[in-house]
Amino acid sequence: MLDFSALEPPTLHSLPSSVEPHLFAAPSFQLPAVADLDGFQKAAVQMVKPAKGTTTLAFVFKHGVIVAADSRASMGNYISSQSVKKILEINPYLLGTMAGGAADCQFWQRNLGTRCRLHELANKRRISVTGASKLLANTLYSYRGMGLSMGTMIAGWDETGPGLYYVDSEGGRVKGTRFSVGSGSTYAYGVLDTGFNWDMSIDEAVELARRAIYHATFRDGASGGVVSVYYVGPAGWKKMSGDDVGELHYSYYPVQEAPAEAEMGEA
Amino acid sequence: MARYDRAITVFSPDGHLFQVEYALEAVRKGNAAVGVRGTDTIVLGVEKKSTAKLQDARTVRKILKLDEHVSLAFAGLTADARVLVNRARIECQSHRLTVEDPVTVEYITRFIAGLQQKYTQSGGVRPFGISTLIVGFDPYTGVPSLYQTDPSGTFSAWKANATGRNSNSVREFLEKNYTETSGTETVKLAVRALLEVVESGGKNIEIAVMTKNEGLRLLDEAEVEEIVAGIEAEKAAAEAAKKGPPRDQ
Repeated sequence: MLDFSALEPPTLHSLPSSVEPHLFAAPSFQLPAVADLDGFQKAAVQMVKPAKGTTTLAFVFKHGVIVAADSRASMGNYISSQSVKKILEINPYLLGTMAGGAADCQFWQRNLGTRCRLHELANKRRISVTGASKLLANTLYSYRGMGLSMGTMIAGWDETGPGLYYVDSEGGRVKGTRFSVGSGSTYAYGVLDTGFNWDMSIDEAVELARRAIYHATFRDGASGGVVSVYYVGPAGWKKMSGDDVGELHYSYYPVQEAPAEAEMGEA
Repeated sequence: MARYDRAITVFSPDGHLFQVEYALEAVRKGNAAVGVRGTDTIVLGVEKKSTAKLQDARTVRKILKLDEHVSLAFAGLTADARVLVNRARIECQSHRLTVEDPVTVEYITRFIAGLQQKYTQSGGVRPFGISTLIVGFDPYTGVPSLYQTDPSGTFSAWKANATGRNSNSVREFLEKNYTETSGTETVKLAVRALLEVVESGGKNIEIAVMTKNEGLRLLDEAEVEEIVAGIEAEKAAAEAAKKGPPRDQ
């Protein structure tokens, strides 16, 4: 049989199957026999899709990219973990953040790491941040409507300099210089936007990111635990700090010595 | 031997794939093609068979664009080349779509060679009867490259190469005369190499020049005539100089 697949019009729903088809094949399954398929599908997605209870942020500045995140996992009102790794190390020069379904983020970013490595081996050069984010976005688009929940930022440093993309499970992909994702993102944006300066030093940028995440954890119930801050530069990424937000609170707002109340004196 | 040369997928006892070798024969019968890589210019040249009077010469093209920054020349079966080039053009755009980057010359060469190899290991098909010369600039670093593929699916990078009719003589010439050139010097080298095996004249050769900024440009007949005339003049001057000034008594 002649292989005419290359002549078929390329569809976004299909993935390259020339390498390891079982790794990259888009799924298919039978549709459930329900009267109202749309309603059923909506209900199913709502059930599966956890609220993106988290705060992550990333921004580009003069010296590179800063990526920061909290570490709380919540299942409704229950805090299931305070020590979740939400910044995923795809390879020594690419980072991804986790917001939404933890399993979805972990699995697909690890899959992305595999594909980035295969790209390196085949082409004898590292994949660009543009290319890596596009691979992930294409994968997520082919699962559109099937209940994946991911709001992830891909940050890295390549031949063209620092790169930052926001990719989500709706199949969207946006290039930018400042993003915050998750239920605590609005609080983080407040601190980040007021304190941002393109010419900051690396330490200043790290401190800004730390403070932004801290403030989000202070106000948002679904964010907390430990603030991790990473810096991505020409030599790759480096973890700069990991601080418990409870302790950070007291370093930002030390306990004031309360004026000694009048002691109950002897009558 | 006759029993092992029908089906492509059958090895002969002494390790030959005869169909592939016969495909190389078809290439050897094709019109000569030459490629030369300079520091900032890459030149492709092909032997142009004299076109019939009623034929529209513009529709007989042997130097083809794969993308803005990659081009291909071939020797062998023209129809096979057309099919392969169409697939390669689709792959160039598909690559741009999936990774938002133009292909590197090495990538598209690997793709074309992979395709040629697939047709040496499938049932019911025959190999493509062409060898290609693929040239282009790296989209980021701007480094020029020249690659060659053949019907067996092997590929390698070259500073200068030839394929098709009399390719050995052309390659020998290039080996003797190749130096790092740039601009018009690269064009001249390619034309000189082609003129080793092609009848002189702008009517019989087609030259395409590729630069990083302007992409592929097909030289028109007048320009080629000029370059050929220039080369003839140089040759004549060199001959005269060799003979030396008439010896005095």
